[in-house]
Amino acid sequence: MNFIDNPGKLRGFEKNIRVEKVSRRSILKGLGVSGAFVLAAPVMSRQAFAYETGAGKMPHGVVVDPRVFVAVASDGTVTIIAHRAEMGTGVRTSLPLIVAEEMEADWSRVKVEQAHGDEVKYGNQDTDGSRSTRHYLIPMRQIGASARIMLEQAAAKRWGVPATEVKAVNHEVVHSASGRKLGFGELAADAAKESVPSIEGLKLKDPKDFRYLTKGQVSIVDLHDITTGKARYGADVRLSGMKYAVIARPPVTGGKLVSFDPDAALKVPGVEKVLQARGWPWPSKFQPLGGVAVIARNTGAAIKGRDALKLVWDDGANGKYDSVAYRKELEEAARKPGLVVRQEGDADAALKGADKVVVGEYYLPHLAHVSMEPPVAVADVKGDKAEIWAPVQSPGGTREDVAKTLGIPEDNVTVNVTLLGGGFGRKSKCDFALEAALLSRELGAPVKVQWTRDDDLHHDFLHTVSVERIEAGLDKDGKVIAWRHRSVAPSIASTFAAGANHAAPFELGMGLVDMPFEIANISCENPEAAAHTRIGWFRSVSNIPRAFAVQSMVGEIAHATGRDQKETLLALIGTPRIVKPAVKDLWNYGEPFDSYPIDTARLRKVVELVAEKGEWGRQVPKGHGLGIAVHRSFVSYIATIVEVAIDDKGKLAVPRVDTAIDCGSYVNPERIASQIEGAAIMGLSLAKYGEVTFKDGRVEQKNFDDFQVIRMDESPVVTNVYIVPPAPGTPPSGVGEPGVPPFAPALMNAIFAATGKRIRSLPLGKQLET
Amino acid sequence: MIKLKINGQEQSWDGDPSLSLLWFLRDEAGLTGTKYGCGEALCGACTVIVDKEAVRACITSVNDVAGREVITIEGLHPNGDHPVQKAWRQLNVPQCGFCQAGQIMQAAALLMDNPKPSHDQIRQGMSGNICRCGCYQRIENAVHLASTGV
Repeated sequence: MNFIDNPGKLRGFEKNIRVEKVSRRSILKGLGVSGAFVLAAPVMSRQAFAYETGAGKMPHGVVVDPRVFVAVASDGTVTIIAHRAEMGTGVRTSLPLIVAEEMEADWSRVKVEQAHGDEVKYGNQDTDGSRSTRHYLIPMRQIGASARIMLEQAAAKRWGVPATEVKAVNHEVVHSASGRKLGFGELAADAAKESVPSIEGLKLKDPKDFRYLTKGQVSIVDLHDITTGKARYGADVRLSGMKYAVIARPPVTGGKLVSFDPDAALKVPGVEKVLQARGWPWPSKFQPLGGVAVIARNTGAAIKGRDALKLVWDDGANGKYDSVAYRKELEEAARKPGLVVRQEGDADAALKGADKVVVGEYYLPHLAHVSMEPPVAVADVKGDKAEIWAPVQSPGGTREDVAKTLGIPEDNVTVNVTLLGGGFGRKSKCDFALEAALLSRELGAPVKVQWTRDDDLHHDFLHTVSVERIEAGLDKDGKVIAWRHRSVAPSIASTFAAGANHAAPFELGMGLVDMPFEIANISCENPEAAAHTRIGWFRSVSNIPRAFAVQSMVGEIAHATGRDQKETLLALIGTPRIVKPAVKDLWNYGEPFDSYPIDTARLRKVVELVAEKGEWGRQVPKGHGLGIAVHRSFVSYIATIVEVAIDDKGKLAVPRVDTAIDCGSYVNPERIASQIEGAAIMGLSLAKYGEVTFKDGRVEQKNFDDFQVIRMDESPVVTNVYIVPPAPGTPPSGVGEPGVPPFAPALMNAIFAATGKRIRSLPLGKQLET
Repeated sequence: MIKLKINGQEQSWDGDPSLSLLWFLRDEAGLTGTKYGCGEALCGACTVIVDKEAVRACITSVNDVAGREVITIEGLHPNGDHPVQKAWRQLNVPQCGFCQAGQIMQAAALLMDNPKPSHDQIRQGMSGNICRCGCYQRIENAVHLASTGV
């Protein structure tokens, strides 16, 4: 097996940080700004900083070059490239803001320009894994500092003074001895002639001098456009002569079209053509499923046309996939020994000798992403050239896959990255862009492929389905002396290779083998599970089932021993230390362990902080209960307290949520808060309603009435967020995903506190109703 | 030929009269601020205001609004400074932003009907609009802010 790391990243592990020579032409073209400052000499080497990250190991690594990311126009406008995709995290603002901070640009005179997919030029662009700030905080600071120094050198030469006597301050360079000043715009042309300083010698700002970073005072750049309807998402791209398409795809993963009758569809007003769409056998990574495409003058007509198609499918090998039967298979597998993936001490013997064994078997069903913008893409393919407009998390991967699918050189493919109307991992898979590219080539016209909501639910790359079984052995004092965790779930690897029935290392590292408790005898096992649908990344991935199981088990142990949940949790976490699980090649979110160890002092700290701020142990009214959970994921540490209120009919409300996050050094606390507020709602959605089920190989849900998500009337009344102030130089860590995993177990621990009912099977649904 | 008024401008349509207002707005009239999210009036992303009432454009046909006045997010305020829009910006409501046009139109209609809604009334009144990013706490606070003066 080749899934050493993250299977979505099978695109060039060998490549490390690199810098490409970029011609003046390409910079000007890329930036679309005249008078841009541009330099002749190629630069860059390794990141020079106190800590290493995994950024360099990502496909195409990191490019640290002000000539690629920054342009200063003669009118003083500073254009900064956003090379990551914006799906709601604020990254399109945060990364350029870092550059502006370090170069002393005035943010009100900065224009952000979205990069198209070009990883040779920009470095890795995969916006997933909660990596953007983690991998780019330092490179973006270095880019900004380089640009600042070039402007300062240009001013010093103009004035004939040593560069050490001048200083960039808020969009101008000042020579304080003489009182002279020159604006960035006035210096742009000269700065372009300066050489780029070496990264090793760069002096970055003292954080006490930050104007923007850590302040949380800058709004996202798209805020005005979003509130006025001007923001452009993938769905909003319109080209002259563009056709509108929807596709009827095989309803069962691995199925294929037998025959179709287009006559009724062609009679629908506005429908222009019906075509067979090319599909690939399963599994084939992100390649399209195929089916029948209806082409029309507008989307409404295309949908009506598709409804009128007569279709005959061959369901193939997954035609019997049934969620009820499959759950039994998983449960049976979880009750037998499986592949041992972490072993310390002798868990079997310790469990046999235990005074008491607490057993919890937890079930979590498939989840769908249901981003508010369903998948959509526009393609214009002419001859051997293709241009794509799409809301993709993976602009570089999309470019590669379009080139391969069309059989044209990558240089002939342009991928324009629009705003994403939500992503959550779904839009890391570019199947919808490939569909549009293939159709455009066949039609000889630009085409938009719009997925309907039922398409989105029926053909998602779903979050896996899992059974997590934990047995905890207690001695006579209630101390946990043995821990056996069996995790069984179809793997994301199955989307890339047939027969991948065990978890990939990156899945094992998400809450199973990295379990941080101080227990002498530990066994983690991974029995086999075969996939019957496309499995993919969903925000926080395998951490969802693992945190649910582990943190629910903490609540169960607290109950079994008659102790407080929080005290039980802290006792299990144990002494402040660096945990080094006995696992070969432990996957640590792609990060070097030295920079990002499993640090139980930090884990304890978030528990203690949330307990203090969230008033753990406070008196709550009858029918209310408090639950707590903590989880390290994406190398961040997050603890959550949930308060529930359950009425006499079993109706659930969530009056209050408190979350503490330690994400190391950070950029924008305001966007961290928004991510955590949102994570609570996504956590509540999956805990209360989230379930995609299969019958006869087909997804049974089709829209927001049967795949429900939380609405405002049932959302937490208040979510408070506390950010741990980082020790100086602490590496930044993830924010987008790690808020989700602790929510569901904290909720279920709270429900137990309120009702005495232990919910082990998600979703909650009607389990509390009386 | 169907005639309707969108954001104060006369428009006409001689195609399929049963075409939904959503796809007419987006694909025929080029007003892409109104979003598709579900097609079945379940998510509210396509909310527009027709004669002072919030409606879901996805289940409203062009024929249904013949001779009526449709306001979309593009026409809510000439400079985008409707109190709801201002409140949204003041509280940094959006994450991805895709549902926000629908949320804002729903909130504007809610305030036309009830200028001083309680928090419970806001939570009820906004519950037809889904935000998958989970901006509800800020949406609720922004509607409240808009109702009390930005």
